[in-house]
Amino acid sequence: MDSSIAITLNGERRQIAAATVAELLREIGLDPRKVAVERNEEIVPRSRYDSERLSPGDSVEIVHFIGGG
Amino acid sequence: MASVAAEAMDDPWEVAGRRFHSRLIVGTGRFRSLEETRDAIAASGAEIVTVAVRRVNIHDPKAPMLQDYLPPDRYTYLPNTAGCHTAREAVRTLRLAREAGGWNLVKLEVLGPPPYLYPDMAATFEAAAALIADGFQVMVYCADDPVAAKRLEEMGCVAIMPLAAPIGSGLGIVNPHMIRAIKREVRVPVLVDAGIGTASDAAMAMELGCDAVLLNSAIAHARDPVRMAVAMKHAVIAGRQAYLAGRMPKREEADPSSPLTGVIGSAPAPAG
Repeated sequence: MDSSIAITLNGERRQIAAATVAELLREIGLDPRKVAVERNEEIVPRSRYDSERLSPGDSVEIVHFIGGG
Repeated sequence: MASVAAEAMDDPWEVAGRRFHSRLIVGTGRFRSLEETRDAIAASGAEIVTVAVRRVNIHDPKAPMLQDYLPPDRYTYLPNTAGCHTAREAVRTLRLAREAGGWNLVKLEVLGPPPYLYPDMAATFEAAAALIADGFQVMVYCADDPVAAKRLEEMGCVAIMPLAAPIGSGLGIVNPHMIRAIKREVRVPVLVDAGIGTASDAAMAMELGCDAVLLNSAIAHARDPVRMAVAMKHAVIAGRQAYLAGRMPKREEADPSSPLTGVIGSAPAPAG
């Protein structure tokens, strides 16, 4: 059975297998220490990455620091 | 004299209760590579660097990240709100930055449209209020307007950062009188932010009494950014020391620096 769900990730529609934020970061291949995550415009604190469950239709933003003045 | 020289190298300043020894804050944008960013920042001696918050590239998760080159345990990251046009966007962006880095100290900038990208002060006031209410310590980019500067301080901003000239213009300090006026008006640190073009501009900002200087393009767009970073480091120290030393008064006429008496072949001075 396909347990994947469709979410909007950084503005793009995407099918994911992850059920939590921690799993999503692993699935993409991102180091959780170097990013911050927003789910449906609410910050997800790092301490909740393992417990924060994703639902179909969620809008997730993953950001990091880049060069800027 | 040795003690004065030593003091020049140890002349700390404080913002929001944190103490820093370098009075130069450097932006990390517009460099040609992350290696050049790292080398220029190191050469500048900066302890604080400004950074932007953007989406990660989910298609290239292994791409090198700024943090790999500028370790956050060595540099204080000052996240900015570049690209935000409303208070809501600014708060949302800096909440993410706080979660990514754990810092409350932020640079608020809300810009108007091109070609000048001048600070949008109405939006800046609104965003400053929202960020302060959310627990941020706000260093605020603003117009060179002493009334606005005072109001931002009264709202609780921890540093006032008027522009020298439009961002990336390199025009230098177009209105030194207003920068000095702002420094007279507010008690929190005043930093010139944006418009610095070369080392003498940075020195001038410090000679006007600013507590520190924030610049980016002047280093990143120099032909040799690492060398310009060295120049900026020394310019800020020189300007600060000149300010502390107190410049000599200007005069219209010459004032000889060697004695006019006792020149050989001249008549002897009259005896006792």
